Amino acid sequence: MIIQALAFYLFAGILVVSALMVISARNPVHSVLFLILGFFNSAGLFILLGAEFVAMIMVIVYVGAVAVLFLFVVMMLDISFADLRKGAMQYVPVGLAIGAVLLTELVMAYGVWAFAPDALANRGAPLIRFEGATNAESLGQVLYTDYVLAFQLAGLILFVAMVGAIVLTLRTRPGVRRQNVGEQHARKREDVLEIRKVTPGTGV
Amino acid sequence: MEYLIWTGWTLLYTLVIIVGVLIAVAYYTYAERKVMGGMQRRQGPITVGPFGLLQPLADGLKLFSKETIIPSGANRVVFLLAPMMLFALSLIAWAVIPFDKGWVLANINVGILYLFAVSSMTVYGVIMAGWASNSRYAFLGGLRSASQMVSYEVSMGLIIVCVLLCTGSLNLMEIVEAPRPVWMQVLLFPMFIVFLISILAETNRAPFDLPEGESEITGGFMVEYSAMAFALFFLGEYSAMILMSAMTTILFLGGWLPPFGMAFLAFVPGIIWFAAKTLLVMFFFLWARATLPRFRYDQLMRLGWKVFLPLTLAWVILTAGILMSFDALPNMPAEAAVSQDALTQIEADTSDAAGLSETSGIEDIND
Repeated sequence: MIIQALAFYLFAGILVVSALMVISARNPVHSVLFLILGFFNSAGLFILLGAEFVAMIMVIVYVGAVAVLFLFVVMMLDISFADLRKGAMQYVPVGLAIGAVLLTELVMAYGVWAFAPDALANRGAPLIRFEGATNAESLGQVLYTDYVLAFQLAGLILFVAMVGAIVLTLRTRPGVRRQNVGEQHARKREDVLEIRKVTPGTGV
Repeated sequence: MEYLIWTGWTLLYTLVIIVGVLIAVAYYTYAERKVMGGMQRRQGPITVGPFGLLQPLADGLKLFSKETIIPSGANRVVFLLAPMMLFALSLIAWAVIPFDKGWVLANINVGILYLFAVSSMTVYGVIMAGWASNSRYAFLGGLRSASQMVSYEVSMGLIIVCVLLCTGSLNLMEIVEAPRPVWMQVLLFPMFIVFLISILAETNRAPFDLPEGESEITGGFMVEYSAMAFALFFLGEYSAMILMSAMTTILFLGGWLPPFGMAFLAFVPGIIWFAAKTLLVMFFFLWARATLPRFRYDQLMRLGWKVFLPLTLAWVILTAGILMSFDALPNMPAEAAVSQDALTQIEADTSDAAGLSETSGIEDIND
């Protein structure tokens, strides 16, 4: 138990520090690297909760794919972030005002929050039927059997969003020479090559 | 006390694995030079020790005694972090590899996902090295590597899904031991070929070694590294190759089981079969390097996105369809584990409590 508690404080501590560093690091690439560290530690927290499948998916999807693209883009950006930051202080009052409004709203919402007595008693009850099953099996049961329509619908929405993004950014540039493998393979010897007997002194 | 014993055993096991992997890496470099020498009618290393067997140690000593040079424009922390990270990642993946029945450090339920996660993180070592070197060649190499590894991971993931559909578990031991009739092996064989090609791209090896690409970008992401930092990259790369070979063995070649299910070969210890199969795939890496010229970059990307991705995606659907229609899907323990008593008990509880059963979807299962 004590080891788990220690691991929790280690992961949580690093997570909080790295989250702070994401917004305070001077170099944007360092920010993304701290973001990755944060993802990694939240995966550690998931493992402590016994959600090993979610933890691994977190690492594969967020660390292995999403953050790579972030890093890719940030490294290629040619922006001097120090210049951008120069005028940042003048927005502080606006930021503080928005933060205060959000905080008030949160306090108002959660201050009056009360659990229904039945809901508290029922908490975690649907999980009993997954006793003895692994993470992946129970998640699959919920996502692909119980709520398959909602899940597929979410997938479709993401798909449409992806198609939209591609359509918006796709531009066809005329006059670009591209390799067409099919065309190359379809080329016959007769089309491109001609063998002639040339008698000396006469030319072709 | 029990904790201490457990910790001691784990540490010992870890040490054995790490030392084993490092020795394997050292002699893999030797094997590479010998095999490539043989394929090119040369002798390979012969002078250091008998048959040149001490060559890897000499190379290691040489790299150890060289001067570490950090370029003045480099980002020091990231520059030094990158090779360490790559090396560490190539070692931690070995924690879940089962060398024989029960010979595994961490027998976790999501072993294959762990391997996939670790192998997808190795890209950071490369991209960080490329960026931190503050050199154009290194940066180009890092970018190439990032896009290449991300591209080929997608099809690798889909191939793994094909295997998982047939085995019905994410645990590496259960993947090895799941029964595989001949038709299933035939079904998975094309994916085995695609997987072999994908691991070449994933480990940045010839013919997909564009991130290094000596003839175009001099040395790619490693161009500014010297001495031990370079050695760590080297160790990481070869360790990743051995790891990928072990992964192929586990997914497709039956791990520690005798080949083709020949029962009379079962007296040979499983670790020998595991090592033999892994060595076979490792030989494939060297064979490909000595045989094939380097791909052009756009051809590499086309192969990944326009050939492998549609092919593997279609194969996932085909595999699922065949398993479904022949009723050969591996049994789902989730349903087996649910006893009817427990279900009725929940049913009673939930309908008592404010009629939640409509939303919880439990009724669907009872039907």
